Parts: sequence; structure tokens; C-alpha cells
Amino acid sequence: MEDTICAISTSPGLGAISIIRVSGTHALDIVSKIFRGKDLKKCPSHTINYGYIYNNDEKIDEVLVSVMLAPKTYTTEDIVEINSHGGINTTNTILELLLENGCRLASPGEFTKRAFLNGRIDLTQAEAVNDLINAKTDNARKMALNNLGGKLLQSIKNLRKTIVEVMANIEVNIDYPEYEDIEVVTKDTLIPKLKSVKKKIEEILIDSKNSKLIKEGIDVAIVGKPNVGKSSILNALINEDKAIVTNIAGTTRDIVEGSITLNGFLLNFIDTAGIRETDNLVEQIGVEKSKKILQEADLVIIVLNNNEKLEQFDEELIKSVDDEKRIIFVNKSDLENLIVLKEDYIIGNTIEENGLDNLKNAIINKMHLDNILSKDMTYMSNARQISLLKQALKSIEQAILNLEKNIEVDIVEIDITNAWNFLGEITGETYQDELINTLFSNFCLGK
Amino acid sequence: MYDVIVVGGGHAGCEASNIAAKMGMKTLLLTMNKNNIADMPCNPSIGGTAKGIIVREVDALGGLMGIVADKSHFQIKMLNNSKGPAVRSLRAQEDKRVYPKKMLEFLEKNKNLEIKEGLVEDLIVEDKEVKGVVLSDGKEIKSKTVILTTGTYTKSNILIGSENTPGGPHGEGRSNYLSDNLKKLGLNIIRLKTGTPQRIKKESIDFSKMHEEVGDDTYWTFSHDIKPQYKINEQQKCYLVYTNEKTHEIIRNHLKESAMYGGYATGVGPRYCPSIEDKIVRFADKERHQLFLEPESIYYDEWYLQGFSTSMPRNIQEEMVHSLKGLENAVITKYAYAIEYDAIDPLQIKPNLENKLVEGLFTAGQINGTSGYEEAAGQGIIAGINASLKLQNKEPLILRRDEAYIGVLIDDLVTKGITDPYRMLTSRAEFRLLLRHDNADLRLREKGYFIGTISEEQYKRLQKKKEDIKKLSEEVKKIKLDMTDEVKNIFEKNNFEVPKYSLTVENLLKRPEITFDFLKEFIKFNYDKEILEQVEINLRYGGYIEKAYKEAKKLEKIEEKQIPDDIDYSKIKNLASEARQKLSEVRPRTIAQASRISGVNPVDITVLAIYLKKEYNKNE
Repeated sequence: MEDTICAISTSPGLGAISIIRVSGTHALDIVSKIFRGKDLKKCPSHTINYGYIYNNDEKIDEVLVSVMLAPKTYTTEDIVEINSHGGINTTNTILELLLENGCRLASPGEFTKRAFLNGRIDLTQAEAVNDLINAKTDNARKMALNNLGGKLLQSIKNLRKTIVEVMANIEVNIDYPEYEDIEVVTKDTLIPKLKSVKKKIEEILIDSKNSKLIKEGIDVAIVGKPNVGKSSILNALINEDKAIVTNIAGTTRDIVEGSITLNGFLLNFIDTAGIRETDNLVEQIGVEKSKKILQEADLVIIVLNNNEKLEQFDEELIKSVDDEKRIIFVNKSDLENLIVLKEDYIIGNTIEENGLDNLKNAIINKMHLDNILSKDMTYMSNARQISLLKQALKSIEQAILNLEKNIEVDIVEIDITNAWNFLGEITGETYQDELINTLFSNFCLGK
Repeated sequence: MYDVIVVGGGHAGCEASNIAAKMGMKTLLLTMNKNNIADMPCNPSIGGTAKGIIVREVDALGGLMGIVADKSHFQIKMLNNSKGPAVRSLRAQEDKRVYPKKMLEFLEKNKNLEIKEGLVEDLIVEDKEVKGVVLSDGKEIKSKTVILTTGTYTKSNILIGSENTPGGPHGEGRSNYLSDNLKKLGLNIIRLKTGTPQRIKKESIDFSKMHEEVGDDTYWTFSHDIKPQYKINEQQKCYLVYTNEKTHEIIRNHLKESAMYGGYATGVGPRYCPSIEDKIVRFADKERHQLFLEPESIYYDEWYLQGFSTSMPRNIQEEMVHSLKGLENAVITKYAYAIEYDAIDPLQIKPNLENKLVEGLFTAGQINGTSGYEEAAGQGIIAGINASLKLQNKEPLILRRDEAYIGVLIDDLVTKGITDPYRMLTSRAEFRLLLRHDNADLRLREKGYFIGTISEEQYKRLQKKKEDIKKLSEEVKKIKLDMTDEVKNIFEKNNFEVPKYSLTVENLLKRPEITFDFLKEFIKFNYDKEILEQVEINLRYGGYIEKAYKEAKKLEKIEEKQIPDDIDYSKIKNLASEARQKLSEVRPRTIAQASRISGVNPVDITVLAIYLKKEYNKNE
């Protein structure tokens, strides 16, 4: 029997509705667990049903659910599709709920693969899928690694190292029971170790909840002297965007002036009031506060006036922001050019219809938003990582529980091994020999 | 003309020739020395963790190792008895004089089996198909299949210090040309190494300075078919010895004189079985290493010094041994040595243990890169069965990883290849909860029955056991234990949590502390011990066992997806180049096997599956 799989089948963040597709024998069972409305299991095939998604008693979203029963579906399996109205957050939450309730996240191209293997689509189509799988996955691998980031990757690797050492010690106790010199793993030595692993996983989970790019989007600060057109730029961007994603409440930011989506990514324009109201950045507001705003933003757009010469204030502003996250936008291209700049800059205006296109392209390039494919994977792999981390956590908790119940250590190890494997799926290194190598390098054995 | 010729009378050869003859094949076992059949040139024991389970599996399939070991040991222990059922395993100290004699008796009883002395130096191969063997005197013997179980006797050299003597273990000769001739057939030859420690004269040992190691006070057998053949209080003792700072100093000072560190050896030694000098170099901060003194036979006055394997010169070995407490005046009757030998690359053999390049040629045991008597026997029986099945035009017997340690062993060999001699460990088995000592017969006997290695009577016993397990599993669901004050008291006295209501026996047994043994104070079940054990295990570990079965089931599905022999990996678009190279080298038999090859990623497996569907199932 194949697993029941799920994935978000619309590009995240784009448009007001996202569709989450679930396919497999247990599709109806799993969705029913989180859906309140009609009894989905009694709905006729190929119907759309109104209701709510709940996480226990917490209402998550108002949704339409399509029920399509095997075999007349894309994969020839039972398919349930959830049409969600929420933004990225809501869609992500629904996906995570499905994963928690027994779905597995589909790998790239897996729906199509099933369609092919079940005889639903023909060979030419399959060839195309074949190419797609390869292309997507290479990207996915890259993105998965980028997304993890050096520090997080390292802490998961360290966790795995701790776990594999525990496992090797247990294995040595099992395979060489008569070596009295080797430390014998007991309940008392194991529980503290597992508890510390548990704590670390929980910390990572909390951190990943804050994973900014996915959950909150990119924080953008638009700065510059008064009257260079910061407000009109912001308004123009926001008004152009037909699908305004909900204002983010309750995030770490006090005020977000507005949010737009660009290539599916959320851009949050942060409040720069402190900078905007003054002529002299350094003198009139505290150095600390201005620094903080510029530091915390993911992207800083410095607006200059095409029609004015560069002032000391502008130069200081340019110097204070790293090139990595800085875009210099020269506004009022319709007026006479008086400005002279050493740095790269973008020029445009808010009067003409496409006057901000240069700016948008610059943002896309700066933040590498141009690759829809990889962006999609960033998101997916993150939901996947969270789900894997949660599974690892569950396994460790089960292992601790078993130890407390005095269950034999080799049975306890089953859950420890599961945790190790789940974490390995995140870092991409699950390989049996790792254990055996650790075993032989850490312990002295032999006849 | 023979159906099967088995070359080599070690533990692989004994099982291979016995089972082939049992399956009705006209079988010839060729050995250099009939008196050395089933010889134990290294440790005097059979079994051990994971290995003991292999012995049970050999027995479940109709092999000899279990029953011979039961009749020849003088001490037996259930290792890990305090741990979970999945990792329990028997180990017995075997009498080196009795074991080979008993084995020979069993072999000689077999009507279809002939045993002859002779040294094989070449194979007769026509059109890539084996037709027989050539002896050292040039004589040819014809057969339809050949099973090579030549152990460490191919081009072997004995190393002691800087001395390098051609020859096999136990003062035997060696085959000089066989491995070269195999190379001419296209086989890759690899050079491996192993070693054995000193033997010490009993009278020269001061046992009073050592710690005793005794056998279990419960009766055990490897075999599913016989009652214990020994008395608990007649078991022999073994002893514990430790190295000390002086021992380590001697070794460090003379390191360069050993064959290994002096650069006199070329073979790759096993990681799990390092020489004492290896241990001291690799684990420099360890103050002492544990050694065991074990009797070789109650008829010999030689003791085996387990853990002290070395390739130091003789005079240094004297110093080393004399530095040990209790061995100050020890007389060494045999010096430790390292042995190098030729083996074949197991990536060139199929999961039925037949060679990929030469049809009808099977190999088993150390020639395939493994180490250990039990690993050899496990392969031997499978090679014997599959050579016979081939001649009967039947499907081969290939055990899956969730069915037997033997399945894990062979799959690892033919899928991953080896870097050093392969020893079975419980950690190699991902389904070890299913591969237990207690259920070897339930896992494998039926298979044996269908291929004709298990008798009608044995089969009936198995069916009875299965029925009893079923019956008892039903009974425990119905019978309740009334929580009277008296019962409550006994629970409290044992420090067990007292159930609030009356529970069924089934629910009681799910609690880790409750056993049938405890319950017999209140309720008696009239079943054999092994039936009670099965039901107990199934209840207590039910959740985990079920999960493992589910995982195995998933695997089974892809295990059934065969890859045609003639597949050309260079024609598959989109395969990563590493995967392409590995797949071409291993040539896996199924999609599942392909997925276990390191360097082959899930994407490659999808690509492969799609290609297979497209190229081979067009009309489906």
C-alpha cells in the first residue's frame, strides 16, 4: 500500500486561494480528521463541500473541499483538495496539520509519477515528468541546504552525532555483551541524554517557526530624505498589487505599513517613521535606533532625487548599509539629471505606469526571487523539515517514556534510531554504515 | 558425473554438501584432509550475538551446525538475556575435538554424499559454464555445478613477525593456483587478512588469579529438534584476564617487529577483530584490555587466549603473554599468527550465491569476504540449496532482509561489497525485531519443507506450534484475572502497579513487568514454554513488531519489482552518473536492492522504475 501524500499545488503566496492536494487510500480519513462540515466520507465523488479546517478546537480557515474518488482522478487514487482562503501562514498550517495526521509530504513530481505508474498518463508525458523530477530535485537539494543555513544545519548535525553515539554505545552493549570495560547504557544514563536532545529539538522547532522568509516574508525599509518620494513609491507598489496579503499582526514588528507579494514572496514594508521625519539622521534621532532599523531590515531601499546633487546625509546613508541588502533607487527620472553616483543604482519614477519596474526587478535580483521553482522548494522543504523535526521529537519522547516504563534498551533504541533517521532526512544523510563506523571507531573490541 | 561438487570441508562446505545431498543431488565433497572437516582453526565457540541466530536459521532450514554444536559443547549461554528478545542469542564453547567428529558422522550418514581428499587448483569452464574441477595432480572430475568453500586456503600466507610462510591454517597446505585461475575467468581477486591468538598449556596457567566465567543455569539448544544433551553442573568454566601497562609497553616497544606494523602484510584485516597491537595503537588511552581464556577441548590441555591475536615475533609473544596476571609462567603451545588469503569480490555474485560470470559456479564463506564459522555456514546452506534448485529447474531461495540474518548477510555482500572481512552484527539488521532466536523456525521452516530439506515430521511439529500459539492468543483475550485482595497483595509485594479493575491476561501481559511466569500463581496455562514465550513477545512488543512488519511489507512490494538481467544502464536518460556507474557494477536484481546501493538516490530509483515500465511492460 502506498503512503497518502499531500502538497500545496498552487504557487504559495500568489493569488488569494491556495489548493492543497491529498492523494492516496487514506486521503478521506486524514482530511476528515481536521475538517468540520459535511461528512466527507459520505459525499458523492466529484463534489465540492463547504466547511472549516480545525486544529483540535482552534478554527484555522474557512474552506471548500473537493472530493474525488478513485479511480477517475489524476492519480487514479482517492484525491481530496482543500481550497484555502488564507495566506501563506494558513496554507502552511493546514499542510502541517495534514502531515501530523498521517500524510507524507509529496516529493517533487510525485502526483504525476503516481499518475504514470497507475497508467493514467502516457509515455511522452512521463518522459517530461522524468525531466521535471530531475530538474526539480537538484534544485530542491540545493535549496534545502541553503534554507537550513549553516548554523541550523550544524546544530542538527550535532544532535545526530549525540544520538549516534548513544546508539553505538547501545549497539556495543548488544553485540559485545561480555566486555565489562565498556560503559553499559542504563535508564539513568540515557534519560538525561535524551532529555537534552529533546530540549534542543524543541528549541529548533521554535526557531523554525520564526523562519522569516517563509512565515513573515522579507522586511523592507524604504529610507531617504524627506520629499524624495518614499511614500509615493510605497503607495504605488501597494496599489498595483491586486492581492494584498493580510497585514501581519502579532509578529515581532510593531508596525508594518503594508505588504505586497512579489514573485510569490511577501514583502513587508516596515515603519521608518523615525528616519523619515528628520533632516539629519545622525543628529536628531538616536544613532542606535536608526542603526537598528537598517540592521534588522532584510532589504533597504535608499531613495535619492534625480534632480538634486548628492548630500552628505545621502552619502552617510549609503555607507551605513551593506551592499548585500542595499538598493539605491534614483527617483524622479522625469526631471533633469543632476545627481552623480559612484555606486550602482536603479532609476525610475512613480508617475509613469511602468516607472517602478526597474525597482521591482532589482528587488527580485537582489533577493534571488526570480527562480519560482526554487522558491517553491524553499517553502516545501521547510514544511517538510518542520514535519520531520516534529517526528524526531515524538520518537525521542516515546523513547524516554519507554525507558521510564523499564522497557529493554534495544526496544528503546528503535525510537532513538527513528529520531536519528528523521533528522538525517533533513540534512540528507541517512546511511546505515555511519552507525557501524561509529561503533568501531569509538569502542575497542575484538577476539 | 556429479550434480554438485563442493570444494572445501569447512563450515560452509559441510552445510552446502549436506543440504545438496539431502535434496537428492549426487554430491562430492572435496577436502584436503578428511580429519580436518569442520575444523575450528580459531575460537572454540559457535554462536554469539547475531551469529547464534544464524545457527538457528541454518537449523530451521535443515542444516547441521545447530545440532552438531548442541552435541559438542561444554558450556552454553544465552547472551543478552536481560535485554529484549530481539537481541538474545546463544553462544556455546565447543569441544574442538568432538565437533569435527560429530559433523563427519552426520555427513557420512548421507547416502548421496561422497567425501574425497584432493586439492582443487582449477575449474573446467566451457562457454562460461562450469563443468567440473581440476585437482593438483591434473585429474579432472566432472559435475553440473561447483560450490567453492575454500575459506582462507587460497594462496594463503601465515605471518609471524617478519616470517612469511605459504600455507593454510592448522599446518595444512594451500591452493596455489585456484585464485589466479579464477582471475583468468574475469573474477576480481581481493586480499584479506585475519588472525588468531596463542594457545596456552593448561598446566602452566595459574587460574587462581583470574575471574571465572560460567555457563547459564538454564537449558538451551540451537537445534529445534533435539533436547539438551548436557548437564548444567558439568559445564566447563572460562576465565577473564586483563592486559596491563607492562603488556602495553612491550607491544609499543616492539610495534615495528609485528607483521602488520612492520609492513610485511598487504591484506585488509577486519575492523571488528583487531589484533592486540591494533587495539593499543588505536585506543592509546585505555589502561587495560579484556581477554578470555577458553578451553579448546576437554581432551586437549590447550587453552585459547581470546583477544590477544597478534603478528609479533615469537620471542615478543612470550614476553607479552608472561606479562599477564596468572600467565607469568605460561607455556605457549601455538603462537599467534596473522593469515592473508585471496577472496573474490562479492559484487560479482548474485543473491543466489551463483557467480555472475560463470554459470553453475557458487561460492560461500570466507572466499566471499566474510569471517566467522556461522556466517560461512549460513552461506553454505544457501549455496547448496540454490545449486540444487538450479538443477531442479526451480526458482532460487533468496531470503529477504526481514526474513533472516542470512538474508541480510547475503544482501549486504552482493549489494554493498566489502572493504574488510564481514562479520554479522545485530545492528546490520534493520528488522532485527523480526529476526529473533525464538522464531527462526516460524520464519523459515516452511520454506525448508517446500524445497525438501525439512521432513514431514518436522513440518507437522511446526504446524502444531503455530496452532498452539493461535489458541493461546485467543485464550488470553478471554480469561480475566480477578483483582481480589490476595491478588492485589501479591502485585504489591512484587512492587508492580496494581490494576484498578480486573484485566484480561492479554492486557496484563502488555505491561512490561508481567509474565506468564508471574501469572502462574493465579492462572495456569497448559502450554510448552516456547508457546508461552511467543505469545508473551507478541503482546509485549506488539506495537513495534507490527510496525516492523508494515515496513517490511512496503519493502516486499518493491522487492518483487524485478530488474531484467539484460538492462543497459547507459541507455537510461537522466540517471545521475554515480548511480549509473554503481548500478552497472552491482546489477541489482530488484528495485529494492537497487535502492540500498550507496550513491543511488530516490530520484534515480524513480527514473529507473519509469524506464522499466516503459521499456519492459509496454503491453501491460
